[in-house]
Amino acid sequence: MATTSIAVVDDRLFAAVLARADDALILGHRLSEWCGHAPMLEEDLALANIALDLIGQARLLYEYAATIENAGHTEDDYAYRRDPHQFRNILLVEQPNGDFAHTIIRQYLYSAFAHAFWQAMTSSADAALAAIAAKSVPESAYHLRHAAEWTIRLGDGTEESHRRAQDALDALFPYTGEMFAIPETETDLIVGGILADPATIRPAWTASLDRILAEAGLAKPQSTWMQSGGRRGRHSEHLGHLLAEMQILPRSYPGAIW
Amino acid sequence: MSTPQPTLRDRAWSAAAAVPDPELPMLTIAELGILRGVELVDRFVEVTITPTYSGCPAMAAIALDIERALHEAGIENTRIRLVLAPAWTTDWLTDEARAKLARNGIAPPGARGSNCLFDNTPVPCPRCESNATERIAEFGATACKSIWRCTACREPFDHFKCH
Repeated sequence: MATTSIAVVDDRLFAAVLARADDALILGHRLSEWCGHAPMLEEDLALANIALDLIGQARLLYEYAATIENAGHTEDDYAYRRDPHQFRNILLVEQPNGDFAHTIIRQYLYSAFAHAFWQAMTSSADAALAAIAAKSVPESAYHLRHAAEWTIRLGDGTEESHRRAQDALDALFPYTGEMFAIPETETDLIVGGILADPATIRPAWTASLDRILAEAGLAKPQSTWMQSGGRRGRHSEHLGHLLAEMQILPRSYPGAIW
Repeated sequence: MSTPQPTLRDRAWSAAAAVPDPELPMLTIAELGILRGVELVDRFVEVTITPTYSGCPAMAAIALDIERALHEAGIENTRIRLVLAPAWTTDWLTDEARAKLARNGIAPPGARGSNCLFDNTPVPCPRCESNATERIAEFGATACKSIWRCTACREPFDHFKCH
């Protein structure tokens, strides 16, 4: 017996909260895939701990989404009983781990954004989001520090590590545009001071990249063409595979407790 | 002259405040700053707690431990409320908690704000108090700790990270 998927309400605040929860959950799940496989024990612990923080942030956001939706859904329903097209995460976070350089560059590009985003969100007009933001700021600060330090070590390391880091940056950079794009459904939330305006976040993100990439000796890709679609539920093929693995147990054994 | 009986609320506070943290058992949840309040609400004894980290896996265990402590103190009708604001930081650790950490070989967190890259704010060794220490790993046995070593006395130690 397989559990059926749930349908969720069409509400702008709900959708915006769900999208940020999906970002954190999917990236957290990706990092958890390193558990037991990282290049060294310390990094195994680091990536698993960062995954735990991100999944924790996702849970807080899903719980808040559930109160907005008021349809009796739980955090587990959102995580385990939606299909790929119902997820609203940006495409960057679902990209495969690749080699360690891909994981670190993906983590750095996201963390530099997330830290600035949560800082701005601490002054959200929505008290629940402001509280989640205040909780997330110190965590995203050390996620950023961890990823930035590794970006510098890899870029400024050996010829091999430099090549891999530059390849990862070139491959992942086109996925960064989605972080700053504003879906039509979110303009009212930005005007109302509930969501941070991405335009106010970009300077901090750009400044971080310019500084860290320079120190790492990595070249910022010049291409301005950007991928998009995640916020509308149009995902790369990777998300389906990720969800299949993440959802198999609760979908196959509904209500299972362990 | 008789001593006034402690109120239900006071008894509940004492029981909840004495619950040890599951990952840092030398500290109580009150010393750690996780326990935010104990109130009587609608015939319930409501205990308010806050997570240290968003993904702290110990919160469920802490909630169970509090309920057990209250029941053992003869207090029924309990409920646990989780709050996020104001957000927990290491500033919530009491001075007594910091001293206890150091006595147990864990370097207590310093002042907040040292989030710079390759941070070299010295973390004194909890055993010999030397500042000649180096970080081995950003993350340790729990999310809240990093692993260090002292180059003076050669001992490795945990550091409760500033957060």
